[in-house]
Amino acid sequence: MQSKNEMRMWFDARSVNEGFARVAVASFVAEMNPTLDEISDIKTAVSEAVTNAIIHGYERPEDKVLLSCVIEGDTVEIVVEDTGRGIPDIEKAMEPFYTTKPELERSGMGFSFMEAFMDDVQVSSAVGKGTSVRMRKKIGVQEG
Amino acid sequence: MPHGRRSGMENIMEKYCELKDGYLLVHVPRELDHHRAGGLRMEADLLIDAYQVRKVVFDFSGTEFMDSSGIGVIIGRSRNMGYCGGEVMARNLNERIRKIFMVSGLHKIVKTEGGMAGNTNRMEKNHAE
Repeated sequence: MQSKNEMRMWFDARSVNEGFARVAVASFVAEMNPTLDEISDIKTAVSEAVTNAIIHGYERPEDKVLLSCVIEGDTVEIVVEDTGRGIPDIEKAMEPFYTTKPELERSGMGFSFMEAFMDDVQVSSAVGKGTSVRMRKKIGVQEG
Repeated sequence: MPHGRRSGMENIMEKYCELKDGYLLVHVPRELDHHRAGGLRMEADLLIDAYQVRKVVFDFSGTEFMDSSGIGVIIGRSRNMGYCGGEVMARNLNERIRKIFMVSGLHKIVKTEGGMAGNTNRMEKNHAE
């Protein structure tokens, strides 16, 4: 039987919530019996997506980041959304080491990390409307 | 000021960093993300400037989580050290931090010790054969 479980939450675009978001997702997926490595992969990817929304999507900390998570069978899908600035050129934004904020010492590796640690990453964005990052990962494919 | 109270400046300082003989030791926090990166960077740079530090060692023995924001901090210090002929090292990397180093390519720019040896080196060696 396919099990399904879903959650949604939103929170202020404050950096303190980056840790909260990844821990919340890690707790939610715990029922899938992921390995420690899989949990860490998911936490890293969530942290990258949420940090992007906070740094690049928004300017005001009162703006809200929306995070939703769906478990279907052995796959988890995580969506991180903002209604902020939007990305003019997604392909460019996803290039390794590309950053629009070098003054903040951003490494430009956010999307590379999401792609390295999740099975699939889809980004949709509209300038002035916001950005949505959809990530999927199958749990239980690693050995041990 | 009452005895035993530290000034605001002192509270900012000496949280993550420790001046050793000849280098600055950075105790990387349990979780290094964008939220923590700013404070760590500020503290390290203040000490690097004030004491003309030429070698920075990041110690990961207490670190469980790091994302690309942490990579930014290390690359930034590494670049600054490079300008003045200094160096940056990383030590005591657990399996997770090692993975982050490998995925980001950081292991190619920053020397590592204590935790980066063993399996990883063997794998690289095998790969080269």
